[in-house]
Amino acid sequence: MCRWASALLLLLALDASAARYVGVGRPATEAEVRAWDIDVRPDFSGLPAGEGSVSDGEMLWIAKCTSCHGDFGDASHVFPALVGNTTAEDIAGGRVAALRDPGRTRSMMMKLATLSTLWDYIHRAMPWDAPKSLRADEVYALTAYLLNLADIVPADFVLSNKNIATVQARMPNREGMTDEHGLWKVDGKSDTRNRACMQDCLEKEATVLSSLPEFAKGAHGELQKQHREYGAIRGTRTLPDAIAAVNPQDLLEANRCLSCHGMTDKIIGPGFAQIATKYQSRTDAIDYLKDRIRNGGRGVWGEVAMPAVPQISDADLDTITRWLGDGAPH
Amino acid sequence: MSPIEAPAGRLLLAPESFLDASFVETVAREGFNEERRSWMRRAFAAATATLAGATLAERALAASPAGDPDILTLPAWSTALGFPVAHRPYGMPAKSESNLQRRQSPGLTSVAQSSVAFTPLQGMFGMITATGLHFERHHQGWVEIDPVRHRLMVNGLVRQARVYTVDDLLRLPSVSRIHFIECGANTAMEWGNVAVPTVQYTHGMLSASEYTGVLLATLLDDCGVDRKRARCVLAEGADGSSLTRTIDIDRALDDVIVAYAANGEMLRPENGYPLRLVVPGVQGVSWVKWLRRIEVGDQRYATKDEALGYVDLLPDGTHRQYSSIQEAKSVITSPSGGQTLLATGHYNVTGLAWSGRGKVRRVDVSFDGGDNWQTARLESPILTKALTRFNLSWIWDGSPAILQSRVMDETGFVQPTYAQLRAARGTRSIYHNNAIQSWQVAASGEVSNVQVG
Repeated sequence: MCRWASALLLLLALDASAARYVGVGRPATEAEVRAWDIDVRPDFSGLPAGEGSVSDGEMLWIAKCTSCHGDFGDASHVFPALVGNTTAEDIAGGRVAALRDPGRTRSMMMKLATLSTLWDYIHRAMPWDAPKSLRADEVYALTAYLLNLADIVPADFVLSNKNIATVQARMPNREGMTDEHGLWKVDGKSDTRNRACMQDCLEKEATVLSSLPEFAKGAHGELQKQHREYGAIRGTRTLPDAIAAVNPQDLLEANRCLSCHGMTDKIIGPGFAQIATKYQSRTDAIDYLKDRIRNGGRGVWGEVAMPAVPQISDADLDTITRWLGDGAPH
Repeated sequence: MSPIEAPAGRLLLAPESFLDASFVETVAREGFNEERRSWMRRAFAAATATLAGATLAERALAASPAGDPDILTLPAWSTALGFPVAHRPYGMPAKSESNLQRRQSPGLTSVAQSSVAFTPLQGMFGMITATGLHFERHHQGWVEIDPVRHRLMVNGLVRQARVYTVDDLLRLPSVSRIHFIECGANTAMEWGNVAVPTVQYTHGMLSASEYTGVLLATLLDDCGVDRKRARCVLAEGADGSSLTRTIDIDRALDDVIVAYAANGEMLRPENGYPLRLVVPGVQGVSWVKWLRRIEVGDQRYATKDEALGYVDLLPDGTHRQYSSIQEAKSVITSPSGGQTLLATGHYNVTGLAWSGRGKVRRVDVSFDGGDNWQTARLESPILTKALTRFNLSWIWDGSPAILQSRVMDETGFVQPTYAQLRAARGTRSIYHNNAIQSWQVAASGEVSNVQVG
C-alpha cells in the first residue's frame, strides 16, 4: 500500500464515528460551549473570575432572597433553613457536631462540604423565579453573605475566585461526606444481608411497633375517593361526609393556590386556616373572599400581593369559599 | 385443574349500606364522639350477624331471587347506538376510573414547583405505568419545551464537542427498553415510623415505561470520548433549575439512554419532553429531564442534588454521597393500606418487585408478619432493572393478618427488614429505604400501614 493511502486510512479510522453517522450533529462552537458549560467543580474548575463583598451580598439578599429564606437565611417556611447549627469548633475540625443530634434542624450549611456546590447552585438556579439572572459578582456577594451568616468569613470579607479555596478550608462540614458504600457501582456490596427464610422465621410472633395515629387518618383526604368505588376492595372512609364531598385539596391544587398558601400556615400568602379564622365572624365573608380570589388584592396580609385568579370557575370559587367559611377543615 | 374452594364467608357491607342517613348526617355535622363510634361498631356487628354465611354473590341473589337485575334488565349501553370513532382524538380513561390520580402528600413540601405527585399504585396493573399517572418530581417546576429549539450538547473529555437537535437524535440508531424509575426518596417518610396511609404515598415515587432513544454510548463515541481519562459524566437539564447529576462512566457507557419517547409516544412535558436521560437501576434524580448537556469529566461534580439533597445521613453524622443504585425492593399493591376488604373469600394478592442491580429472581409473600412465606407467581417478561408483577391467591377467612412481600434479585440479595436496615443506617437516612412493607388486615377488613418487629 502506498504511503498516502495508508495515511488516508488512518484519518478515516480516527474519524470513523463521523463517517458512521453522516449528516447527524455538528461540532459545537467555542461560544456555545462557553454559554452552556457553567458548572463549577469542587476543585473550582469552571469558576469564573470575579468578586463580591458580604455587604453587597446583604443588599442583594434583601432584594431577592428574603421572601423565601428570611432575612438571615434561617427561615424554613418555604424551604429548609440555609444557615444555623454550625459552630467555631465545626469550622476548626471540619465536621458538624449537630448532625449527630436527631433533635437539631438540618440546615444547608450543616451539610455543605464543598463550597463550589453553593456557588454553582445560586448561579444556575437562583433566584427561584428568575434563575440564571445573577451576574458572577452577584453570586460571589450572595455566597459571601451566607458564609458570613454562618461565621465562616468576617463581615468585611470580599469573596473572589482568588481566595475561595482558603474559604473552602474553613467549611464546617468539609470532612462530613463519605463514598464508602455499595450504592455507586451496579455491582457494589450492600450493607444489609437478609436471608430468604421460608418457615418459622420469627423468634416471637410479629407485633405492631408503629401504625398511623387516629388523628392522622384523614390527613391525606378521603381515601375512599382515591380507590375504585366498586368491587370487594374499596378505599377506607376517612372523612365525615361534609368534608369528603368537597375535597378541597384537589380544587386548591387545580387552581394553583398551594404554591403560595399552606393548608394551615403561611408560605408566601397566609395559610387557609389563618384566612378562615380571620374572617370567621364577618357576615359577608364568602362574597368578600370570592372577590379577593377572583380579582386579587394587596396590603391585608403583608407586602406580597394576592394575584387575581380570573380563570377560576364559579363552581370552584363557590366550593373553596364555602370551605373557607366552614373553617378550612382538612 | 380444580377451582379454588371459596368457603362461604362473612359479608361486611360498605359503611353507607348499614348506617342510616340521620346518623351519617349527625356525624357529618358534629363529627365522631365516643358514643357515635361505639354505635357504629354495634351497627357493623349487627350487619355482620344478619348476613353471616352469605357471600357477595349470594347477597345479590337474595335481594332479587329471579336473578341479577343487571342481567335481567338490559342497560342503556346495550340498547343504544354508541359514540363515533375519533370522538376523543386522544383517548382518556373511563369516567368511573377518575379516582386514580397523581396526588401530593399534604405537608410534605410547601411549594408545588418543588414537590412530588405520587403514582396511584393501589389501582394499577402489570409492569408498565400508564403514562398520565407517571409520578412527578420537579425541582423548579416543569416546562414545555419547543422541540425545534431544543439542543443537546456533549462536551468535556471528548475529541470534539458536538451539538445535536432532536431531529438528529431521531436519525441515530435507536433502542427501546423497559425500565423502572424510582425516586431515591421513595418511602422516605417511613424511615422512623409509619407516616402515610396508602401505597400511593409509601411507594408511589415509582413508575415504569418502555423508553425509546439513543444509547448515550452512541453519542459519546460519536464525539470521541476519552475512555482513558473519563471517570464520569455530568447530565444537565434545560429547565430553570438546570438540574445536574454526576453519573458513573461505567453506567454511561453501558445501558444509559438519551430517551425521547416513552410507551410509544414522545415523552410528556412533566417527564422531560423532548429529551430525558434514562439511567437504569439508578435513582430518579439522575434521570435528568429536559436534558440539554452531557459533560464528560475526570472528577465528580458535587452538584446541589448530590451534595445537599440526595445524601444519606448516618447516625454518626456522616453523609453518604453519590448513593445512586436502587437496591431490590417489593411491595404488595393490593390489598394495601387505606383499603377495606368488604367480604371474606378469595383475593388476588398482587404487587411489584424490582432491583437496580438486575432481574428479579423470586418474590415471597407472608400473611403472618414474616413468620411463614409462600413463593408468588412472577408475570413475564422478567427484565433487568424493570418492574416485575407478582400475584398470589389468598383466601381471607376474616381473621387478622399481616401481609408482607420480600424480593430476591438475581445477585441473591434479599430485601431487608426494617430492623436490618435501621441497624445498618439508622432512621435519618431519608433516601434508599427498601425495607419490607407490612399491611395489617383487621377483622373488620380494614387494611392499614404498619411496621412490625
